[in-house]
Amino acid sequence: MTGAEFVPLSLPPLVIGICAAIACAVPGNFLLLRKQALIGDAISHVVLPGIVLAFLVTGTLSAWPMMIGAGIAALVAVGLIEAVRRLGRIEPGAAMGVVFTAMFAGGVLLLEQSDTSSVHLDVEHALYGNLESLIWLDAVGWSSVFDPEALAGMPPELWRMVITTLVVLVMCVLFWRPLKLSTFDEGFAQTIGLPVNLIGLGLVVTAAIAAVAAFDAVGSIIVIAMFICPPAAARMMTNSLEAQVLWSVVFATVSAVLGYVLAGYGPLWLGFENAVSAAGMIATVSGGILALAAAFGPCRTRSGAPVEA
Amino acid sequence: MLFEALTLQLGYNATLVTVGAMLLGIAAGATGTFLFLGKRALVSDAISHATLPGVALAFMLMVAFGGEGRSLLGLLLGSAVTSAIGLICVSALTHRTRLSEDAAIGAVLSVFFGFGIVLLTVIQSMNAGRQAGLESFLLGSTAGMLWNDAVVIALGGTLVLLAVLILRRPMTTVAFDPEFAAGAGMNVRRIELAMMGLAMAITVVGLKIVGLILIVALLIIPAVAARFWSHRVGHVVLLAGAFGGIAGYVGAAISATAPALPTGPIIVLVAFAIFLMSLLIAPARGVLAAMLRHRRFQAQVHVRQGLLALATDQPIYERLTLRLMKRRGLVRADGVATETGHAQAARALLDERRWQVLRSDPAHADAAAHYDGLTPLDTVLTPDQLKALDQGLGPRAAT
Repeated sequence: MTGAEFVPLSLPPLVIGICAAIACAVPGNFLLLRKQALIGDAISHVVLPGIVLAFLVTGTLSAWPMMIGAGIAALVAVGLIEAVRRLGRIEPGAAMGVVFTAMFAGGVLLLEQSDTSSVHLDVEHALYGNLESLIWLDAVGWSSVFDPEALAGMPPELWRMVITTLVVLVMCVLFWRPLKLSTFDEGFAQTIGLPVNLIGLGLVVTAAIAAVAAFDAVGSIIVIAMFICPPAAARMMTNSLEAQVLWSVVFATVSAVLGYVLAGYGPLWLGFENAVSAAGMIATVSGGILALAAAFGPCRTRSGAPVEA
Repeated sequence: MLFEALTLQLGYNATLVTVGAMLLGIAAGATGTFLFLGKRALVSDAISHATLPGVALAFMLMVAFGGEGRSLLGLLLGSAVTSAIGLICVSALTHRTRLSEDAAIGAVLSVFFGFGIVLLTVIQSMNAGRQAGLESFLLGSTAGMLWNDAVVIALGGTLVLLAVLILRRPMTTVAFDPEFAAGAGMNVRRIELAMMGLAMAITVVGLKIVGLILIVALLIIPAVAARFWSHRVGHVVLLAGAFGGIAGYVGAAISATAPALPTGPIIVLVAFAIFLMSLLIAPARGVLAAMLRHRRFQAQVHVRQGLLALATDQPIYERLTLRLMKRRGLVRADGVATETGHAQAARALLDERRWQVLRSDPAHADAAAHYDGLTPLDTVLTPDQLKALDQGLGPRAAT
């Protein structure tokens, strides 16, 4: 494969995939440790009604209104889950199940009711995106990476995803200590005066931002997988949070690259003609990594002690 | 139009779908109750997403053996196999590793679903000529439902209901208190698996009508709604079945009235409406009931404090207290106590003094535990005890 082929066709999806994976995996570590892993699942379901509503309000498929709509929907869902949980005194899992299924159903209904035949907006697209279509037509080879004129023709999803990833990373670094404290010992964090609830909400909002941006580029299935699988696999590798986050970044990157390559070229190697869904393949690879970690990870048991050979 | 739909007069297909959805709803509601009570509601989410690769694999297998690949029974069998594998994965990840159950659920659901999507794209490229239409299993599709499909759904639903009936006692015990169940000699792991297996059966049966993403709603929402109305497991199961049945029936009927009303989402939204109503108006656990309770309690506290203030000749400034006491005819508009006000104030003061004496006497420790500043003491003690207590009041209280 030459640069002339690789850069326009494979570089943008690869970069987007890697960024989406990392942006979701990093906050995913904290969600996992706080036993809120399924928030990612809930958020990625409720993004659909948000996007449809944004489309109905603005009438276009442009990115910003959709991301705002999706973000609002995510916040509404988090609020509703909390309200149902408190008002009805229902356990969090069931409250989540009630809210996100109902909102998703509402989204599908809205989609069917509105006339979206003229634009590309359907449930399948929302679920598994279309990573492969994000190509960079202006590129002629590696030299284009340094060519401002060609860079302007990059798929806009790429810039959004890169910026979102940076924002998420900066947030995590900035609030590292309070986040770590309140994750492991909420009571202690509260006594030394940290705004625990605010930190929790901030984490969920950060996760929602990552989810919405990633969703825009690659569909919700990657979002759920990347929130959970890389951090869960990383959790089997180490007992230190710092190392866990690093491992999860590594796993997320490997999943994205390997998944993309397998989806794009795997079928060709096997003699088929068409590529398979990259989003699905990335999720599958991350699952494979998790399975390996669960079988062989040094810290896979509950006590956290390394398993004797 | 809606009336005709509700009375099953909209034709063959609509009737099939409506009856099928009702049966599915009943079975799903009853089964979901045990998941919900055992705090395992979201396991169903993993189960349902894990059906997708099974559907795709079954289709590929059937095509590979020369079949048409659309037999509903075959597809459902395939989905049952992979969702069972998914279930085992959740269980293994939870028991063998340090992951908590929610993480295991999320991992299984996303990975299996992702793999299913990979397989779907494989199928798309495999026989571009005959589009399999497997995407309809994501959100359900009732348009082309056949008599055979309806029979599969009805039979499956009935079998699940029967199993729930037979297993209700062990499942209840395990849902509420697994330790006790283990102590009583039950095989907790196996009963849990049976519970999940039933949920899996519902998911598989429901794929055709509501699709795999929304079937979770039918398992969770009716159960959560029913929980508001009763504290007894039997009642909750029955109610959940009824709510699920109503949601299925009404939802399918509504969706039959217009083409742009997809069946699955409408059923879910009807179920959600039932949930909202339950959340608001259920007695005892509902929001409205809780608000009324709060208001009544607030009024009691305010009136009591107001009466004590009257009895000790202190002015009342608090607006709510004044309003409440005026409404009860205890004070006049200018804040001066009425005849009844004086009488009740004296009684409240006497009650308060009696409580003081009672609480300072260790011999009355049991009765003192009833003190909340509101309960009149004569509902706690006998007249004889009161008389004995009054002797300890002394001259200070006589004023």
